[in-house]
Amino acid sequence: MAEVKLFGTWFSPFSRRIEIALKLKGVEYEFIEEDLSNKSPLLLKYNPVHKKIPVLLHNGKPICESFVILEYIDETWECPSIWPRDPYERATARFWAKFFDEKCVPAMWKVCWSKGEEQEKLKEECTQLLKILESVLSGNKFFGPGENIGMVDVTGNFVAYWFGILQELAGLHVFTKEKFPNVGEWIDEFHNCSIIKENLPPKDKLTAHLQARFQAVAASK
Amino acid sequence: MAEELKLFRTWSSPFALRVIHALKIKGLEYETIFEDLSSKSASLLQYNPVNKKVPVLVHNEKPVCESLVILEYIDETWKQCPLLPRDPYEKAEARFWAKFGDEKLLSSIWNVLITQGKQLEEATAEAVQNLKLIEEQLKDKKFFGGETIGYLDIAFGWTVNLISILEEIIDQKLVDEEKLPLLSAWMQNFSDDPVIKDCWPPRDKMIAKYQAMREPYLKKVVSQ
Repeated sequence: MAEVKLFGTWFSPFSRRIEIALKLKGVEYEFIEEDLSNKSPLLLKYNPVHKKIPVLLHNGKPICESFVILEYIDETWECPSIWPRDPYERATARFWAKFFDEKCVPAMWKVCWSKGEEQEKLKEECTQLLKILESVLSGNKFFGPGENIGMVDVTGNFVAYWFGILQELAGLHVFTKEKFPNVGEWIDEFHNCSIIKENLPPKDKLTAHLQARFQAVAASK
Repeated sequence: MAEELKLFRTWSSPFALRVIHALKIKGLEYETIFEDLSSKSASLLQYNPVNKKVPVLVHNEKPVCESLVILEYIDETWKQCPLLPRDPYEKAEARFWAKFGDEKLLSSIWNVLITQGKQLEEATAEAVQNLKLIEEQLKDKKFFGGETIGYLDIAFGWTVNLISILEEIIDQKLVDEEKLPLLSAWMQNFSDDPVIKDCWPPRDKMIAKYQAMREPYLKKVVSQ
């Protein structure tokens, strides 16, 4: 019998994406909440290279790195498909997922924690990234392909949800609906999607968690 | 419809080499467009407006960007000589290690290029550790793909060329035959493969290029 476990945290955008994918596929799984300040021996065993979540365990075999996991899920449980089947559309989806993960997440995370000149540079970088997202979304409601919300939009979850909370806590206004109306609309649609809504960490809990981290950083200086 | 394939690249880009290897293995004809990254062509900016980088593969006027994305596109579009394993778990492992190569390994190799003295020692140790992790994935196979070159061999192919160039520049071995015997053998097998052999960029030009990239970092240390 297939056994699926997911090592993650309630506040990680990466492990939330995996949960959405598993639910879309109707796959039952056991969620194992990790304490990242005290990683379990199992996590360290299953992801010895990066020691990070999420890790999907399928019949005892670990798969690491969230995008690798998302592709594995689509290829293992075939219906319904969550990534496009056409090679060109798939390549486009991979491109945008990479863009979110490798460009948007690091810059939008770091900008909230940095200061001074470094923060100014990161603010400019984030603005450029948002401009790119804005232009892709002009004439397209979602990152597609097609007319409906898809997994690429889900991989944008950090931008759509986490960043708004973080930038407010950091006292920044890098993203505003006025500056980026298309991105603003996309974020609204994102929140309207029921499967996404049901799998987001509650706003007040996430805010409190991130606030505590800000305070811890400030106290350590 | 006749297939039209164009590859935007530079003469030295290791990531473009991945695409070339894949196209050759699949037996695909393509047109090469060399880019000068200090003066990017209008076509490149049109086909890759987001990152403005090479390589870009344009297939019947549709651009595909990011070398690992291009590899998967090639494999999914032309089914002969498959590059990725069929089994989803083996595929996931290959993708994981390719990402590791592009992130951890590449940055540790870069650190070897730009450091000297004690920092170089530390950078070398870290790079060798990453190479050891990769060597473990070979197990007892000739290539990462098994008997023939596959996705992960192509993904790591840049290390074969760049490491030997770095070793000459810093006058030090990174892949020691005794410490990394399997990886050493793999590098030889990969280089000797008829598909790969003729694709390397001119060695003397590469040495000059990477030496020039290293210089400013060494000068920075001296002037402090």
